Amino acid sequence: MINIKNKWFHHPTMFCLLVGHFFSAQANEFEVRGNIEVQGRFFYEDPLSPEQHDSQLSMAAAPEFFWSWNDNQDSLEFVPSARVDQHDEERTHMDIRELSWVHVGDDWETRIGIRRDFWGVTEFQHLVDIINQSDSVEDVDNEDKLGQPMVNLSLVKDWGILDLYVMPYFRERTFAGPEGRPGIPRVNTDRPIYQSNDEDKHIDLAMRWSHSFDDIDVALSWFDGTSRAPILTPTLLSPTDFELRPYYQQITQLGVELQANLEASLLKLEMINNQNDREDYWALQGGIEYSQYGIFDSNADLGWLVEYAWDERGEDADSTFQNDLFFGNRLALNDVDSSELLFGFSYDLDHQSTSVLIEGSRRFGQSVKVSLDARFFESSENEDPLYLFRRDDHLQLTVQYYY
Amino acid sequence: MQPLNNLVGNLTSKLAIAALVASTFTFSSLASASEAAEKGLTISKESKARDIGWTDSTAELEMTLRNQHGETSTRQMRLKSIELLDDGDKSLTVFDSPNDVKGTSFLSFSHLEGNDDQWLYLPALKRVKRISSRNKSGSFMGSEFSFEDLTSFEVEKYTYEYLRDEPCNNETCWVIVQYPVDKYSGYKRRIVWVDQSEYRVQKTEFYDRKDTLLKTLTFSAYRQHLNKFWRADQLEMVNHQSGKSTLLKYNDLQLKTGLDDKDFNKNALKRAR
Repeated sequence: MINIKNKWFHHPTMFCLLVGHFFSAQANEFEVRGNIEVQGRFFYEDPLSPEQHDSQLSMAAAPEFFWSWNDNQDSLEFVPSARVDQHDEERTHMDIRELSWVHVGDDWETRIGIRRDFWGVTEFQHLVDIINQSDSVEDVDNEDKLGQPMVNLSLVKDWGILDLYVMPYFRERTFAGPEGRPGIPRVNTDRPIYQSNDEDKHIDLAMRWSHSFDDIDVALSWFDGTSRAPILTPTLLSPTDFELRPYYQQITQLGVELQANLEASLLKLEMINNQNDREDYWALQGGIEYSQYGIFDSNADLGWLVEYAWDERGEDADSTFQNDLFFGNRLALNDVDSSELLFGFSYDLDHQSTSVLIEGSRRFGQSVKVSLDARFFESSENEDPLYLFRRDDHLQLTVQYYY
Repeated sequence: MQPLNNLVGNLTSKLAIAALVASTFTFSSLASASEAAEKGLTISKESKARDIGWTDSTAELEMTLRNQHGETSTRQMRLKSIELLDDGDKSLTVFDSPNDVKGTSFLSFSHLEGNDDQWLYLPALKRVKRISSRNKSGSFMGSEFSFEDLTSFEVEKYTYEYLRDEPCNNETCWVIVQYPVDKYSGYKRRIVWVDQSEYRVQKTEFYDRKDTLLKTLTFSAYRQHLNKFWRADQLEMVNHQSGKSTLLKYNDLQLKTGLDDKDFNKNALKRAR
């Protein structure tokens, strides 16, 4: 208990000083924000597996705590994230997205702890992006990432930004469980296989140089360590039963990112060279984003996207995108509610399979955002990875409250 | 034959006179056009010159969007800018509301010539995304301000034509037409009212590519900072074609706060919150 009868505390000057200090500290040094969401997925075809369901509800939360001190030269960010899913025990999970201390020096910055960092320029596939593991249970688009423990030194020089990373701990990819949908059946995430004897304690290293020359952004990157993309390896459990065990190999990946802004167009290219003990390969993702502003004499903007994916390994590639064409549109009405409509279409030129995404979103008031997504998968060849999702067309309704 | 000859003679002489009149007229209007251009340029240069030396600034901004039905919605943001004398200014904007865009930030390098460079940081994806420089005419955050309306004024970005003197807000203003040099500007021309006492812009009219009046921007609550720099705390943009409007309010504008070039790079963009 604070003794408010204490004389010095009652003194008006002292009181003002104390309260003033307290409030300025509050304003500058601590902040909470975040969101909570409720999501429903609705499937209208019978599932492939009898364990799967026609609808799936879930709730998620991701608060963000932020402290800063030393005139913003030091800061600490903590972002836990959790989801509870009605059916899928693998999707019911927690993660620490961020728990890191950032210190800003004169022309350098250290970032130590659990973090997320994105590399890349293209929209439909992120080839170069490798620092973080995908949190695949969150969404099929793999845009959600797990927090990665790291020490990152970032140098800001006249010749660009150089990032150096040491990553002492590996995060396994998440996969939907037997009841989860869409999902790859029979994946056993409890029994991963590592090429390195250090398993998930292998120390991964990475480096990225990035720079802008007027209208052109360039980045070169190097990564040496455990591949974020597992190879799903069938293992017999009995003569009639098998499971898929994620195999994480050691790789060295060189990445190139190029982006040029020509008038209303952005030309984008990502290229990687992946060296590993099984099969070295090159892969690329490239395309164009064209924007129209103020269409039909309104405030609305319309973006057009065309991209192409190529993988040297061809149809043998474990990647879904080895010879694929992508087309997309993004309509932003620029109204008070930030209404947006996204359309994405991918076509596999080898397997003749297609996947379609339609996503509409808008805000209600100042804090609620509602998205309605529709996903359609069309595949008839069983060598095609997308074949596993052929019965998983669904509608997804997400209501998010931001604070 | 004679009358016809006469007629032809008459006609030729009339044509000659008409041509002469036209040419002198053109000549005289050319002379006044170059004078008008010169005067417009001189005033604009002086207006810019009087605003040189603010070094850097920080401000909190509140934008109130009003639609044709009178419904309103607000957006809050913080803005940091740095003045570069050999190039356009650099700025970093962090959005604080609506809540779903909290933490989204925007880095812009404006240039005296050529395209501006712009990047957006999306905190949910931890991604820095370049924005096509052709977005000049695009709406800023759903407001009636386009990106072009919010970039720093640079003399080189326009050609000028002085029109007339006119009373404005208890002052006398020079009325000047500004023709954007950039062919991708959303405007055919802008007409600005610059007051003669302090060279402050009091009003701007924006004419779209078809040369019809699109928007009117009025500046109010001018305050002088550091005994030199005049800044309006309120800017109201009215769109005459859609009936929508946006009120932009500056709170706590500070000049010469000690920012430097290092506060305006992609690392600073990622860190901004």
